[in-house]
Amino acid sequence: MAAPVAIHLEFGGGAELLFNGVKEHHLTLPSQSEPWDVKQLLVWIQRNLLKERPELFVQGDSVRPGILVLINDADWELMGELDYQLQDQDNVVFISTLHGG
Amino acid sequence: MCQVDEDYHEPLQRAEVPSVSKKCVKCKEGTAAVVIRAGDAFCRGCFKEYFIHKFRAVLGKHRVLYPGEKVLLAVSGGPSSCSMLSQVQEGLSQNAHKKLRFLPGIVFIDEGGAVGQSVEDRRRMVAELQAVFKATGFPFHVVPLEQVLDLPSSVVAAAPSPSERAAGAYKVAVGHFIQSDGVGVTLKREESAPADVQESSTHSLQQLIGSAKTLTAREDLLNTLRQHLLVHTARTEGYSKVMLGDNCTRLAVKLLTSISLGRGAQLAQDTGFSDSRYRDIILVRPMRDYSAKEIAYYNRMFCVPSVFIPSLDTKTADKSSIQRLTESFVTRLQADFPSTVSTIYRTSEKLQTCKSSSTADHCDRCLLCMCALDTAVENASAFQATLISEQLSQAKAPAATSAAIPRQNPAPMEPESTAATGQCCSSGGGEDCGKAVGGVGCCSSAKGPESTGLRSLLCYSCQLTIRDMSSVERLPHYILSEAQRRQRRSQMREEISEFLLDEGDEGD
Repeated sequence: MAAPVAIHLEFGGGAELLFNGVKEHHLTLPSQSEPWDVKQLLVWIQRNLLKERPELFVQGDSVRPGILVLINDADWELMGELDYQLQDQDNVVFISTLHGG
Repeated sequence: MCQVDEDYHEPLQRAEVPSVSKKCVKCKEGTAAVVIRAGDAFCRGCFKEYFIHKFRAVLGKHRVLYPGEKVLLAVSGGPSSCSMLSQVQEGLSQNAHKKLRFLPGIVFIDEGGAVGQSVEDRRRMVAELQAVFKATGFPFHVVPLEQVLDLPSSVVAAAPSPSERAAGAYKVAVGHFIQSDGVGVTLKREESAPADVQESSTHSLQQLIGSAKTLTAREDLLNTLRQHLLVHTARTEGYSKVMLGDNCTRLAVKLLTSISLGRGAQLAQDTGFSDSRYRDIILVRPMRDYSAKEIAYYNRMFCVPSVFIPSLDTKTADKSSIQRLTESFVTRLQADFPSTVSTIYRTSEKLQTCKSSSTADHCDRCLLCMCALDTAVENASAFQATLISEQLSQAKAPAATSAAIPRQNPAPMEPESTAATGQCCSSGGGEDCGKAVGGVGCCSSAKGPESTGLRSLLCYSCQLTIRDMSSVERLPHYILSEAQRRQRRSQMREEISEFLLDEGDEGD
């Protein structure tokens, strides 16, 4: 049983439009049997935060190509992408590089 | 290798995920923070150095910005152009031998009216950007897109071409500049407050954009109008170069989009480093070596401010326009094949415009995009075939059939004659040629005389855009009046053609 994880989410480059224009979110992920990884985080975001047009944010079980992910200010490719296990107080940033957000 | 029964049993393996503790490939010490190309991870410090060096390198390589020259930075508020602004700032703050030596100014074109933003939203965004611009200390101009409606027709007319600079001129200019120690060249600080926008002009701009029936045409039209306004601002404010913030991901998308839009002939100018289609104003794209990812990371890590402004394609689906679809195609491919963008982009580097277009007569340029016309092709071409079939299918009205007949003659060898044929009634706009004022009894085709005449002045791709518009009358006055001028001129040439000695060397 993993303890609840408090994380800080940030959306930029137009991605925030899908979240009612709110750029920063402080939230606590509830405790669950297995530790939280980014893949589960995306599902959680889609269920609880995303306000509209989910296909513009997630595709398959990853983010839509063109949206960059930074974990604690480093490229998520260095952190293991979807398999990265979230730690308490982690900072996850999503930046859209697509034209028009 | 090439057997009939090739077997690829081994499944494709995903690239190994680098471990968290990976070090920077450059200094081998710092903890990696950014992966730029597949496998090359940089630490913060090395990434910054690399990024800054690249900007200087690209300017140094092309040598188009002369010392002391006034250069207008076109900043849209997006990450790329804001990053360009911060690189120019960085370059000007360097010590003597590395310092950039041109004089920058900033222009921001407020497209809120065309996109349908509320007045309050536009004010807020302009204010946000003004704060960014003020912090740079450069002169800046905030221009609402509505001003495009009041441009003079000189924007799309022939511009005097500046005398060619010799190959060694750059070194000489630098030498002069160093001797004079840059004295007398100071940045004059000026700020032009955004002009008040009349509600009526916002309305007519919206009608203009709205008259294009597809998002593809709307985006294309908006690009054209924006570019005209940029060039006009540069001319009136005395700038000779305009820097655009297109990054390499953007350009790769633009390249494929351009091909799909039928702009193959204009690719080199649309995506190259420097673009001289306006002759006296040169458009430069210094960000074309950076990928969108690099820029986003740099902006994030080094706190480069940018303002998100919604555009026409914000929150639209992938298939809403050709531009959007191409972008999603490229970014998706890029996700699995990280060299996609760079491969496309390298192709664009190798493209060159053929020599003739730079020396061609100005009348042979497209009225909208100002590129050399690609419609002067031989009879047995796909383009002419499309025209004929279109004419035949439209030939319902009796007047239109008469217009279709001369089309079958081997006339359209040069654009002038194409213009004349399509023009059976273009004097309908009636100026001084004294014929049929008001276009009485001319073509009754659905598009109307204006449209037919106008299209003959456009390149293939711009014709397609205009075809998607419900009415050309909504086009800004400067375009329509220049169109009439060109039509009168070609008509006159047609009339006196018997007396001309030689097609080649007549002086207008």
